[in-house]
Amino acid sequence: MAKLILLHFILALLCFFADAVFEDQVGKFDWRQQYVGKVRFAHFDMHVQSSKKVLVATEKNVFASLNTRTGEVYWRHVDKTGPEGNIDALLMHGQDAVLVVGNGRLLRSWDINIGGLNWEIVLDSGSFQSACFVGQQDSVKYVAVLKKSAVSLHYLSNGHQKWVENLPESETVQYQAVYSGGNGEVYTLGVVPHSHITIVAYSVEDGEIIKQISVDAPWLSNIQASCAVVGQGMLICADPATVSLYMLDLNVQSQMTQIPLQSLGLEVSPGFQPTVVSTQPNPARPPHSEFFVQLGPDHYQLLQLNNGQIVALRDFKPAMLVSFATTGEKTVAAVMAPKNKTACSLNLFSAESGRRLLDTTLIFNMDPNGGKPEKLYVQAFLKKDDSVGYRVMVQTEDHTLTFIQQPGRVMWTREEALSDVVTMEMVDLPLTGTQAELEGEFGKKADGLLSMVLKRLSSQLILLQAWIAHLWKLFYDARKPRSQVKNDVTIENLSRDEFNLQKMMVMVTASGKLFGIDSKTGTILWRHYLDNIPSNAAFKLMVQRTTAHFPHPPQCTLLIKDKDTGLATLHVFNPIFGRKSHITPPALPQPILQSLLLPLMDQDYAKVLLLVDDQYKVSAFPSTKNVLQQLQEMASSIFFYLVDSSQGRLSGYRLRTDLSTEMIWEVIIPTEVQRIVSVKGKRPNEHVHSQGRVMGDRSVLYKYLNPNLLAVVTESTDLHQERSFVGILLIDGVTGRIIHEAVQRKARGPVHLVHSENWVVYEYWSTKSRRNEFSVLELYEGMELYNSTVFSSLDRPHPPQVLQQSYIFPSSISTLEATLTEKGITSRHLLVGLPSGAILSLPKMFLDPRRPEIVSEQSREENLIPYSPEMPIRTEWFINYNQTVSRVRGIYTAPSGLESTCLVVAYGLDIYQTRVYPSKQFDVLKDDYDYMLISSVLFALFFATMISKRLAEVKLLNRAWR
Amino acid sequence: METTGSANVSVPCWVMFFRSRAPVLIPVRMSCLLSFKLSVFSTVLLLLCTRFVCCNNGRRVGDALDAEFSGFSVPLEHSFEVDDVAKFRVRGALVLKAGREPSVSLSQNQLSEEDRTKLKEVAAVDGLYRIRVPRVFLQADRQTERQMEGYLTAFVRACAMVESHLSDVIALHTDVSGYLIGVSIVTFPGACRGTEVEDEVDLEVFNTTLSIMAPVNAPGPETALFLERMEQELERKGKNPQEQKSFFAKYWYLILGGAIFLMATSSAQPPAGGDREQS
Repeated sequence: MAKLILLHFILALLCFFADAVFEDQVGKFDWRQQYVGKVRFAHFDMHVQSSKKVLVATEKNVFASLNTRTGEVYWRHVDKTGPEGNIDALLMHGQDAVLVVGNGRLLRSWDINIGGLNWEIVLDSGSFQSACFVGQQDSVKYVAVLKKSAVSLHYLSNGHQKWVENLPESETVQYQAVYSGGNGEVYTLGVVPHSHITIVAYSVEDGEIIKQISVDAPWLSNIQASCAVVGQGMLICADPATVSLYMLDLNVQSQMTQIPLQSLGLEVSPGFQPTVVSTQPNPARPPHSEFFVQLGPDHYQLLQLNNGQIVALRDFKPAMLVSFATTGEKTVAAVMAPKNKTACSLNLFSAESGRRLLDTTLIFNMDPNGGKPEKLYVQAFLKKDDSVGYRVMVQTEDHTLTFIQQPGRVMWTREEALSDVVTMEMVDLPLTGTQAELEGEFGKKADGLLSMVLKRLSSQLILLQAWIAHLWKLFYDARKPRSQVKNDVTIENLSRDEFNLQKMMVMVTASGKLFGIDSKTGTILWRHYLDNIPSNAAFKLMVQRTTAHFPHPPQCTLLIKDKDTGLATLHVFNPIFGRKSHITPPALPQPILQSLLLPLMDQDYAKVLLLVDDQYKVSAFPSTKNVLQQLQEMASSIFFYLVDSSQGRLSGYRLRTDLSTEMIWEVIIPTEVQRIVSVKGKRPNEHVHSQGRVMGDRSVLYKYLNPNLLAVVTESTDLHQERSFVGILLIDGVTGRIIHEAVQRKARGPVHLVHSENWVVYEYWSTKSRRNEFSVLELYEGMELYNSTVFSSLDRPHPPQVLQQSYIFPSSISTLEATLTEKGITSRHLLVGLPSGAILSLPKMFLDPRRPEIVSEQSREENLIPYSPEMPIRTEWFINYNQTVSRVRGIYTAPSGLESTCLVVAYGLDIYQTRVYPSKQFDVLKDDYDYMLISSVLFALFFATMISKRLAEVKLLNRAWR
Repeated sequence: METTGSANVSVPCWVMFFRSRAPVLIPVRMSCLLSFKLSVFSTVLLLLCTRFVCCNNGRRVGDALDAEFSGFSVPLEHSFEVDDVAKFRVRGALVLKAGREPSVSLSQNQLSEEDRTKLKEVAAVDGLYRIRVPRVFLQADRQTERQMEGYLTAFVRACAMVESHLSDVIALHTDVSGYLIGVSIVTFPGACRGTEVEDEVDLEVFNTTLSIMAPVNAPGPETALFLERMEQELERKGKNPQEQKSFFAKYWYLILGGAIFLMATSSAQPPAGGDREQS
């Protein structure tokens, strides 16, 4: 019998949790965007004339192929994060792309058509310097890789090493560049800073040193920054000190020839380091004899090397960016020059003559909310009439890629800043104009009965009108096939839908670019680039005013803090339109320690933001009189805490009426033993519907719902696997009372933690069993509530009961978050981001410390799952089916207007948005509900009753006549 | 627990033994016998030591044996001021006893007449009653190592202190290695209802409940018990041949019922589109 019950139970469970996306629901509520990161190298696929590929290698260690027509990713290879997967060099020849990865650790060749790996070899150790192709008799056969103390040559076809040679005097000479002009020799260029250049020429065949030259160059310190090889092996270097170019023929041992730039009629901007830009379109041939010299931040000069003489071809000033491009036998130079404040013009110039080519102007409109152009990649092609046409890919400071066609049509843009989202918020969309009209009616002051009635009537009329328009649109759309119905979301027609499922995602990226993204479609509705963001900035995004306070616009505040100095700035903006607010944020001259958003509001319904500086002084934003007065009244009940993890100090402060603070409690965790790794409170917008849990015997176990509770995670400084531990402290943030203190022995971080309602779930690595484990802590007040009406940390003397249970989790995890719904009635799920890219929706029911080891009648009554030490991973729990999210770093959850539905955004390298229904869709009809069937059945029944009634009447009448 | 207690105590015993041997001058012939006697003596002494510790359950190490292990005292200070600027004064002395299971006791003075009125004044303006203890390391051997820089502080509303007639619960928290990391104070009852405390006598003596808490060990996954239960289940299955019927033989009625139910539902309503759900 027990078995039968168990079976029933399991069946019920399976029914309950068998939830996955059906095939026809794919992409209906969810979308994914794939990114590659800030581009470091980009090459256009040139070996086929009509190719549509551009290959990019990025700072996120991604190598990808993009479609030049649409900007979509053809294929993408995501390598390890950190220096291990760092892409050092990208060389392209024909169908092969050769990559040097991990500071010269690996040499890889990819097939660019399908993105398959041709070969991979492990290189000898040594820090990578430079790499180039080596060609002979017009065909490219080898790759040369220069390391700190050796140079090696590899076959392009299979990666095998042809030879490796140690570099002479590599202790003193810094070898920085390798060059080959296709004449059977490989040159390595080294420099002894402020002394001389060393040039070693190797034979391609056997690696024998053909010659070794040393030339005095006391002014040179870095070859790659200031030199380039031009023409038939002529090394040209620029020297800012003497304002001259130096020439050295690599083939002939000679002195460096100095050519003062003045003799060419050129002048260098003061304090500018001139650079030389040359081009070598075919590695089997020497570079072109034309080259650019950059003379100032916006000044370039095209020069030509003609029989050992340098000739000035054309001066470009102002010119922001220049680039060479080659198609067929023609080489052109593309020059970007500023046109006006918001646009740049691009032109093509013949490299040989410096003449401007006709009809090659292209206008690039700069986004006023974007960054300045940073890099220019040109794809040149031959038109039918043999003239040169081109497209350009412009990379701007905000990591945006823009692909432009003549005469200035933007084919696509990719916002690569979104590959590094730091924090985000979801903001409700505003009401439509008509709804707002209706709302506005209540806001205004009453002015007479008649006018109020008229106003009401007019607004009702407007509503009716809008409704009819909506119905008409529905009818109109219904006739069209579904695929054609396009709901283009623009910033103008943004409005809240009836269930508040569509929201504005405000995303903050590490580059300092802010985005407003429509959560339904993933369309970027606004973007705003903040320049002057320090590279190590920490961001905190706060919603000060939501859209609920019409006519006041919603308001978000971004706190940008320099991690080193602690100095912070505030950026206040409207989250719906992305515009900077006209409110000037306060200047913050002192380093900021802590910021907190109070539930207090000023007269304009903006929540008050308190900032605590390093003098423990508090400043408020907004700081109107009203706010200050409220703060004075509330001061004694405003508490905050500070964490100094370097000293292991947690301290609590109370606000005084004069906005100074006083320390009221202090907990010090000695840093010799353990260090604080994270402190997490609960989310302020979280609602808990039920105060307790009904037990099997119908009594109630009340939850300990302390909104001020902090979960502090510590890790031991001793990392030995027998002695390492993870500590969990539950501290009341107001009183500093340690509610619970537990130690997970033989465990190690990284610890992922979720703190919500009356529970804490954390995940750690067990060093003893070598596996990942989940542990759950639940806090209960007991069978009686101390004070059921209000919770105060100051008046809750009984410590809560703490229950804990642990489970084995068969995978490591990247991030952890819990679902959140409007009223907290829906059961909770944990969203686990796995390193595989899947997002697992794990029912909280499985993480319940009351799961019994031995099933009893009562536990069955309570619907507790019997304890089993292993946590299952079921593939139907993956909410993103096959839409993997690479390197998921964070998951954001937001409630929607429907209690059953929680909006989820997972971000990492990719962004994925979906909805989850932890307790199924109990409050809404399914999206494929058959309205037609049900209404036709209703109508049919209605008419049937009418007809049968009529028939019955006739029958009765007939009977009466009889 | 007991074994470590005895180990701790046996060290001074051995020291004593060696010290006693050093000055003894005896003829060579006797030495053998004497050493035997000495070893017997030492064994007895050791036995005594262990027995003694057993009796004390390892917690209370005899004061007579070693003064080093009798615990040490640190001041418990409190502060309650009308202007809320902390001025800490000694409230009592905490006697901490280190060891595997540390214990603590408190000896404290009565509140003076002056303090009582002040406490009531502070309570009237909703001030704070603060306490602090110095940071200490319980497992250190020497007094100098025990004391560390800084204090651990906690507070409670002064009115709660008054209204509870000075009945407070103080808990000291240590970390894994015996550092004191935090102190907490709550009063019982904890609320401030504004009731006047008429009787001055109620505010004279502290009624303190004191505890020292070390972190609890968080449980790991309970695999052993689960496996045991699984084995029991298997055994029971093996014993009971009735259970070994085939799946269909056991649940034919369920399957039949399900099939009928399915047929009934499918004939009632033709499947329209993909019937789906997600959560």
